[in-house]
Amino acid sequence: MFVRMSAAIAAVSLLSSAALAQGAKPTDPQIAHIAYTAGVIDIAAAKQALAKTGNKDVKAFAEDMVRDHEAVNKQALDLVKKLNVKPEDNDTSRTLSKNAAAKLTELGKLKGAEFDKAYVANEVAYHKAVDSALETQLIPSASNAELKSLLQTGLKIFQGHEQHAEHVAANLK
Amino acid sequence: MAPRWVFPIVAAFMLAMSVPADAATIQITMENLVISPAEASAKVGDTIEWINRDIFAHTATARSGDWDVTIPPKKTVTSVLKKAGTMEYYCRFHPNMKATLVIVP
Repeated sequence: MFVRMSAAIAAVSLLSSAALAQGAKPTDPQIAHIAYTAGVIDIAAAKQALAKTGNKDVKAFAEDMVRDHEAVNKQALDLVKKLNVKPEDNDTSRTLSKNAAAKLTELGKLKGAEFDKAYVANEVAYHKAVDSALETQLIPSASNAELKSLLQTGLKIFQGHEQHAEHVAANLK
Repeated sequence: MAPRWVFPIVAAFMLAMSVPADAATIQITMENLVISPAEASAKVGDTIEWINRDIFAHTATARSGDWDVTIPPKKTVTSVLKKAGTMEYYCRFHPNMKATLVIVP
């Protein structure tokens, strides 16, 4: 439990400190990159879960993650194309990807109920971290109105994911 | 000023038109993860037009299990109401989306 909590806190502070380290709020091309990366990470985690789980609630949750995050990311790609913005890689995105790769490896070693619990617990922590970053960092920093609006839709749907993950986690105990 | 005999004819037409209107079409919209109206009423035989304005797929799933309609992103799906009752329904993918449809016989 403490490990999970600290992982969530670490993720949040990484998101904030990376943005702060740049000395200024993230730019729109960086925000787009961070948001897109966060979506890709959750889709990869869900695909791993779909390949490994035998639990029908976990499977339904993972399917929801793939469907919603792919929808948001498709919209994000359409938007950057329309705005003629090139998403820009940055420290926050790199840190997110690096941590996610480590998590995939870690979860890859687990099986059955043990995997299910660890996956869902990580989904709770991950969505908490992403929602907090969206709320406190990315949305306030976004200057393009359409990007801001997409991030707000993202926040709303990810808050639902967080609740859904908590619900699945409670049923796994 | 229309002659007086026109009125019964107009009235008759309006009555005739109100017969097919007996089976109405009711629009229920899903936008930004909210179903509106949150409470709608309809009759058995009415058609519901489920309008999904979101980029996400949604469902209108009756808690009773009587119906389960999937509405793809940015699409409209219609369904005809077959059974009366006060139906609580929600989106299976986004359970925070909830609404009520009161269906009278």
